[in-house]
Amino acid sequence: MWDYTDKVMEHFYHPRNQGAISASNEGEAITIGDVGSISCGDALRLYLKIDIATDSIITASFQTFGCASAIASSSALTELLKGQTLDEALKITNREIADFLGGLPEAKMHCSVMGQEALEAAIFNYRGIPLDNHEEDEGALVCSCFGISDAKIRRVILENELETAEQVTNYIKAGGGCGSCLADIDDLLYSIAAEKANTIARTTEVVNNYATLTTVQKINRIQQVLEEIRPTLIADGGDLELLDLEGDVVKLVLKGACGSCSSSTITLKMGIEAKLREKVLSTLVVEAV
Amino acid sequence: MRDCIYLDNNATTKIDEEVLAAMLPYLTLYYGNPSSMHSFGGQVGKATKTAREQVASLIGAQSPAEIVFTSCGTEGDNAAIRAALMAQPEKKHIITTEVEHPAVLSLCKNLEKQGYSVTYLSVNGQGQLDLSELEASLTGNTALVTVMYANNETGVIFPIEQIGSMVKEYGALFHVDAVQVVGKIPLNMQESTIDMLTLSGHKLHAPKGIGALYVRRGTRFRPLLIGGHQERGRRAGTENVPGMVALGKACELAEYHLINVGHEQQLRDYLEQSILTTIPNTAVNGHPVQRLPNTSNIGFKYIEGEAILLSLDQFGICASSGSACTSGSLEPSHVLRAMGLPYSVLHGSIRFSLSRYTTQTEIDRVLEVLPGIIDRLRALSPFNSDDATWLQEQEQAVLAK
Repeated sequence: MWDYTDKVMEHFYHPRNQGAISASNEGEAITIGDVGSISCGDALRLYLKIDIATDSIITASFQTFGCASAIASSSALTELLKGQTLDEALKITNREIADFLGGLPEAKMHCSVMGQEALEAAIFNYRGIPLDNHEEDEGALVCSCFGISDAKIRRVILENELETAEQVTNYIKAGGGCGSCLADIDDLLYSIAAEKANTIARTTEVVNNYATLTTVQKINRIQQVLEEIRPTLIADGGDLELLDLEGDVVKLVLKGACGSCSSSTITLKMGIEAKLREKVLSTLVVEAV
Repeated sequence: MRDCIYLDNNATTKIDEEVLAAMLPYLTLYYGNPSSMHSFGGQVGKATKTAREQVASLIGAQSPAEIVFTSCGTEGDNAAIRAALMAQPEKKHIITTEVEHPAVLSLCKNLEKQGYSVTYLSVNGQGQLDLSELEASLTGNTALVTVMYANNETGVIFPIEQIGSMVKEYGALFHVDAVQVVGKIPLNMQESTIDMLTLSGHKLHAPKGIGALYVRRGTRFRPLLIGGHQERGRRAGTENVPGMVALGKACELAEYHLINVGHEQQLRDYLEQSILTTIPNTAVNGHPVQRLPNTSNIGFKYIEGEAILLSLDQFGICASSGSACTSGSLEPSHVLRAMGLPYSVLHGSIRFSLSRYTTQTEIDRVLEVLPGIIDRLRALSPFNSDDATWLQEQEQAVLAK
């Protein structure tokens, strides 16, 4: 028997916000996000009622085909969404859903990932962003049994700090079918670990050179690096602006497509922060405001 | 631990009090080694002799010498299959079915890596074999046909003697995994084509950790465990005397209770028919008649098995499910999949397996709470709404694969 927390069981036996949303008033919109697969044994339909003027979620509800943790994760997600703007909602991670429930068995973490994906699907639907063009679908297909790309595996590894292929399977099912892609998942884990190690080594070197920078010197150097990054973001319909520097915390405003992108955390941490640490100061932390 | 309504007897059973009473002295007073020359061990040896006779009697063996005590069903299956292959090293083909227990399936997959070819016979929507497929698969190179007597998940019984007759025409050995059958339906090895038959104690009210393998007299056999001379050289290792005594007593009691097995079937049928008539979109998985009298596997469409099980558990009711979520694997029951059931049914399948201890009151309690549980979970399901489009798309996508 699974070792579920009391909160998981509470949300399973008494799920919040269950059912469909069909009625809306003027100035409101309803959007739906469907994820999961009957063959895999879990599927989630998430309903959001949106206040168009404020771009925020009025209510959220769900219908779930799945186990106790799938139902509890769906219920938890709808609770987390209360009062959020769509941009704020997009920043909710599967880890937050699991944490809200006091944790999930590792083999059930994919239930929390399903919740996060349904949320993205619902908001993308509302914003008219075709799901087929989701950046995760642009990656190479790794797990053909469950149709999962390398980009998605990479994202889940980074967001959850996964270290083994078994963990990847627990979180997104990749590798859990025929198992023929497990070696590819191992390769991805290895390359991500190597990237991290490389970044740490280079930033250590940089810190020795830049440890004595004044605040003005830091800002100037940060601006130079950001100017190098901006053309790439602009080409994707986004942009950024340096708002402030407090100690070693770099405060950025993400604009356009970057502001609503589900992968903005990865862009911030793996793209911008890593580059700033490499080229300016290893102790810099980037935050979006 | 709270009282429970235990309907998971195909997983394991309660130890009968008479069985417990029979085995206890061999854990305390009579702890001698039956292989010892002194009388303290010798009296223990007499108890194991009686136990062997009791097991032989239940399955209608010609002689107690045909009984080899093992540690469990898995060991019995492994010992039989490997013995059959070692005894016929020139033959490299095995026939089994897609719906076997992992004790057989996993071993066969492993043997494929060692150079054996394995034919996995399919089943139809009611879990039955097509004997023409078996006939087409048998060759002079077939060393062994290993088939379960009845399926652990659906209870579907295979036509064992028909299969055995076909196997004998090709000179292959015939092993039957009868773990779910022994004690539930009468067996008579003296009138059977079976060469080897596996049984397990904890499925018939003996404790876990004891089983037996029937090996027909004259069958070429090579032991899995090699060491001392125990079990007439067929299974080395100091005997689990309390377990053997317990299994013997359990077999004696099972033989007695076989005359009253209609009690289980009556309750099973009552449970099954009541569910089918009171809860819509339900179906029995497996053949309606060719089934064990104690087993009912029911598919509850649109909902998932683990959610049903946990909801039943809240009322102290124990059953089991072949859903992926229950097992921790990502694949649902290989048995139900082999039967070609739609995913919307097989993920929500629940197995109720009764025993001679099951009462009418217990079944009534299940019938009292189950409709409410199913209603609650279906109200949560996206596939139970008026809009069936999504489910249809999903099912079609699976078929297209």
